[in-house]
Amino acid sequence: MSPQAARAGRAAEAPDLAIETAGLVKTFGETRAVDGVDLAVPTGTVYGVLGPNGAGKTTTVKMLATLLRPDGGEAQVFGHDVVREADTVRGRVSLTGQYASVDEDLTGTENLVLLGRLLGHHKRTARERAAQLLEAFGLADAAGKQVKHYSGGMRRRIDIAASILNTPDLLFLDEPTTGLDPRSRNQVWDIVRAVVAQGTTVLLTTQYLDEADQLASRIAVIDRGKVIAEGTKGELKASVGAGSVHLRLRDPAQRPQAEEVLRLALDATVQREPDPVALTARVGSSTGDNAAEQAARALAELARLGITVDNFSLGQPSLDEVFLALTGHDTQADSTADTTEGEAAA
Amino acid sequence: MSTATTTTEKELAPVSAESLAALLITKDRPPRPSALSASLTFGWRAILKIKHVPEQLFDVTAFPIMMVLMYTYLFGGALAGSPSEYIQFLLPGILVMSVVMITMYTGVSVNTDIEKGVFDRFRTLPIWRPAVMVGYLLGDALRYTMASVVMLTVGIILGYRPDGGVVGVAAGIALLLVFSFAFSWIWTMFGLLLRTEKSVMGVSMMVIFPLTFLSNVFVDPSTMPGWLQAFVNNSPITHVSSAVRELMAGEWPTAEIAWSLGWAGLLVLVFGPVTMRLYNRK
Repeated sequence: MSPQAARAGRAAEAPDLAIETAGLVKTFGETRAVDGVDLAVPTGTVYGVLGPNGAGKTTTVKMLATLLRPDGGEAQVFGHDVVREADTVRGRVSLTGQYASVDEDLTGTENLVLLGRLLGHHKRTARERAAQLLEAFGLADAAGKQVKHYSGGMRRRIDIAASILNTPDLLFLDEPTTGLDPRSRNQVWDIVRAVVAQGTTVLLTTQYLDEADQLASRIAVIDRGKVIAEGTKGELKASVGAGSVHLRLRDPAQRPQAEEVLRLALDATVQREPDPVALTARVGSSTGDNAAEQAARALAELARLGITVDNFSLGQPSLDEVFLALTGHDTQADSTADTTEGEAAA
Repeated sequence: MSTATTTTEKELAPVSAESLAALLITKDRPPRPSALSASLTFGWRAILKIKHVPEQLFDVTAFPIMMVLMYTYLFGGALAGSPSEYIQFLLPGILVMSVVMITMYTGVSVNTDIEKGVFDRFRTLPIWRPAVMVGYLLGDALRYTMASVVMLTVGIILGYRPDGGVVGVAAGIALLLVFSFAFSWIWTMFGLLLRTEKSVMGVSMMVIFPLTFLSNVFVDPSTMPGWLQAFVNNSPITHVSSAVRELMAGEWPTAEIAWSLGWAGLLVLVFGPVTMRLYNRK
């Protein structure tokens, strides 16, 4: 029987939602780090929680992983309350935090054997499983080295390996690629895909829209402790706009004219960047027109009027733009929120 | 363990998706480990840490030797006529004092661990909750044993002759270990309560110095003013050092042993639950 079939068999008796929260609240002193979060995460998928630093992502994950007690609201993991049935929840979830959650003084092997033993494996099976995981994660050479000598990419791997010693039903990945180089990041993505393919539900928090885009099937955008948008990737993008056009003109004096041209051609609000020759506009939001065609028309119009464009790009909306669109303020605006998450981590 | 040849970062081997998938298929989970097994596993972790950072044994080797030498020769002539006379009285007491002082490092190691993510990992495991803490203390018990052996060896070289023989000495050390295990719960509490390693050290010193010095470790309390005697005679350190002293001298001080164990029980009953409450709420 394939793992998918096994999974389906199990899912029939289990509730369809891996996570369900209602009005989840966590306060630190005066700050409401998480302020009424409602989530419904279907089983067997990657669910992305997208937001800037200090939005409340880590705090939410910590409550779901039974590390923090909610101050209000309800949270259930596979139908089990995270406070009243914390131990049952712990038996089914794994958490990989922003920082390496393994013992840096111990070697890769020792870490995995230690956790294997704590999960109830006999010494021999714990050793076997540790060796197999290190091999699969390309860490066999570093197995005998202390984790503090590992590179960032290797740490993330040993960390994720530690989280799947027992295949969890739900895996929390809290910003798994923050601080990694693009290559290591891609490798972490491959691991996440392999884990989900075997039927584990993944809750992924990230600051990067492209990461959520690559991995998640549904995304919740969270800001200042609140879910401000939720849906499939397609729904979310449609609500924000298909993309944005970035322009750099040769002559700053022509900017007001170019701005007007763009506004008419794209039927969108045009933003002046701090750079005196740069303009940004969102395209394809309401009309449903092809964004590239719209942009091409705008370029042709600019050329006709003799406005020289030095540089042009059409990109997916960045997280900043998603935020701007959804909240009306950018990701940097709320510096106090940063300290909140800092405290939460302490 | 690590060799110099592997320290430079090589190209990281790729993740093998197939072998990973094969590993993930196994969905069966072993039954959760017993409280004892989980605690012993954490104790094993403490021993592994000692193996990787042997320098941390400095406080259970050099420090106790220093304590014995310093106080024997500093006070010996003045208090007992000669250092070799004094050490008969001093050694069991200084043993208690040193080991109780060393217990404060428990708080420091708890505190440094919390700073790291590994603590969160342990807290998401479905295991007997106090196992992490008990593991620290089991590892520390090993360190206390080492400190005791080191100090006794130095003492015997300096002329300490325990009349209780091997049995008496072993009984004394055993009692001291039980008391230290219980006493350490104060530090696990502070380790969880305070924000930084430095503040843990600071508070530990504030507690440890008066508590250990204001006892019968160095001198007979009858020479002290009445109000101080009242404190000293009721201090747990006095009870433990009297009990250890007499056990090592070949006697069986029932009352002092009872007092020591009573204090140990009280410390665990008070600071154990407080520690676990902080641990669960952290």
